[in-house]
Amino acid sequence: MPSDALLQVEALTAHYGPIQALNGISLEVKPGELVAMVGANGAGKTTLLHTLSNVHKSSGGKVIFDGQEITRTAPHKIVQAGICHIPEGRQVFAPLSVEDNLLLGGFTQRKNKAWVEEELAKIYTLFPILKEKRRQAAGTLSGGQQQMLAMGRALLGRPKLLLLDEPSMGLAPLLVAEIFRVVRELNEKGVTILLVEQNAKAALGIADRGYVLETGRVVLSADADELLADEAVQKAYLGH
Amino acid sequence: MFDQILQFLLTGITVGSTYALVGLGFAIIYNASDVVNFSQGEFVMIGGMSAVALSAGDTGLPLWAAAIGAVLITMLVGMALQRFAIAPARGASVVTTIIITIGASIFLRGVALLVWGKDLFALPHFSGEEPIQIGNATILPQSLWVMGGAAALVMGAQYFFNHTTLGKAILACSCNKTAAHLVGINVGIMLLVAYGMSAALGAMAGILVAPITFSSYDTGVMLGLKGFSAAILGGMGNPMGAVAGGLLLGLIESLSAGLISSGYKDAIGFIILLLVLFFRPSGLFGKASVDRV
Ligand SMILES: Nc1ncnc2c1ncn2[C@@H]1O[C@H](COP(=O)(O)OP(=O)(O)OP(=O)(O)O)[C@@H](O)[C@H]1O
Ligand SMILES: [Mg+2]
Repeated sequence: MPSDALLQVEALTAHYGPIQALNGISLEVKPGELVAMVGANGAGKTTLLHTLSNVHKSSGGKVIFDGQEITRTAPHKIVQAGICHIPEGRQVFAPLSVEDNLLLGGFTQRKNKAWVEEELAKIYTLFPILKEKRRQAAGTLSGGQQQMLAMGRALLGRPKLLLLDEPSMGLAPLLVAEIFRVVRELNEKGVTILLVEQNAKAALGIADRGYVLETGRVVLSADADELLADEAVQKAYLGH
Repeated sequence: MFDQILQFLLTGITVGSTYALVGLGFAIIYNASDVVNFSQGEFVMIGGMSAVALSAGDTGLPLWAAAIGAVLITMLVGMALQRFAIAPARGASVVTTIIITIGASIFLRGVALLVWGKDLFALPHFSGEEPIQIGNATILPQSLWVMGGAAALVMGAQYFFNHTTLGKAILACSCNKTAAHLVGINVGIMLLVAYGMSAALGAMAGILVAPITFSSYDTGVMLGLKGFSAAILGGMGNPMGAVAGGLLLGLIESLSAGLISSGYKDAIGFIILLLVLFFRPSGLFGKASVDRV
């Protein structure tokens, strides 16, 4: 089935032992889009992203990226293909310096030194605090700074598609706004983004389209504005 | 008295340099994969024994070529260990992997026994056996090779982990395997590289000391234990700590052998190790364990 989607997921399932965490997820992300996937605690958002990056193996279904099936492609090759993943909880390399973390983000681009250097400079302009702390161990940064580091690290992988897992987790409201502003800005500069979030309001607020995930199933999908206005969504996720 | 102490110090540093290299091998594998590899001593044995085998007889290779060959053989053994014994047990507990590496060490010793029997072997000294006079103490040229070789290898490893992308990628695998996958590092290959490096270090230690200490199929047992002690003395997972721990252990042994009795040197070494672990469980130079979450 030909499609103009950058990412196309068909009936994807995943298990943890006998427990099924994804019950046949289908979704697509078109080039240039910012798509939000919102869902409560335990809905399967992280599992979905882990399965897309193949650090958790799917038990069925298909993932097609940029015209190629990548369902069983090794994780490092998926990054080479252009999917960069900012994991839940930042997952920085704590004992290594901030700059080393960023450079490791550029691991797949390491042959292209000029590009890495240029991109590094861009990231330091985007997040000046990272430049200031570039020699410090990443583990000493605050939560917000680690989130910026994790984002910078993923950008150095030269993403065609950015997977972003709950960037608002554990951050003060002001920082959440700041992070989401950057996400929007990245998208406007042309990076395609799939954002998964519990914070439905903030995520749908910046997204073009949205999906609602419940216990491993997509229960709703629509333009972000429509979802924000939907009564059921408001009740369940927006606290109205 | 002073001359005697000087002599003990020289001996201690020579022995300690070997322990340091074995300890460094432990630290590298531990750092990359959280596995304590009890086959580390066998790498030393295989390095020494293969160098002897490759250089022996009329048709033997020149020493340098035999040394390179021995290092390559040992690297292959190390990588095979990772690929066929450690990798299949992915996700196993620390105790399980320790049992696997102990099993592998027994297996490797058994193979060495079959190939070489129980005989002792020695390599020729690299540059003569004429002792060099330092004050009233003497030192074998080979001891200088051991110290110099160890120093060069330690600096090389230090450079590799602090200044090369590949070295940092290996560290990244150890501190967060999932994140390492997600930045596009081929974690499996990095683990192979770590085992290969560790095996190469062990082999080089074995080759450097083979002219002075002789090798046999079971030389790895004691060296492995000493290297392990060095690594935990210095703080497991801290490569330079392992090196310092190795030198310290060598000095302690040599001084207690000289000043007390050679019968007690191993015991005194292990007692000091236990004391250190009692008072500083993370080792002398170990960072607090929160660093490794
Ligand atoms: N390692 C695991 N082993 C077993 N079950 C797991 C594991 N990880 C997640 N699960 C289960 O899979 C389901 C989906 O979890 P997942 O982490 O993907 O949810 P999530 O939407 O990301 O939640 P959160 O908003 O809390 O991050 C949950 O029921 C969870 O308990
Ligand atoms: Mg999650």
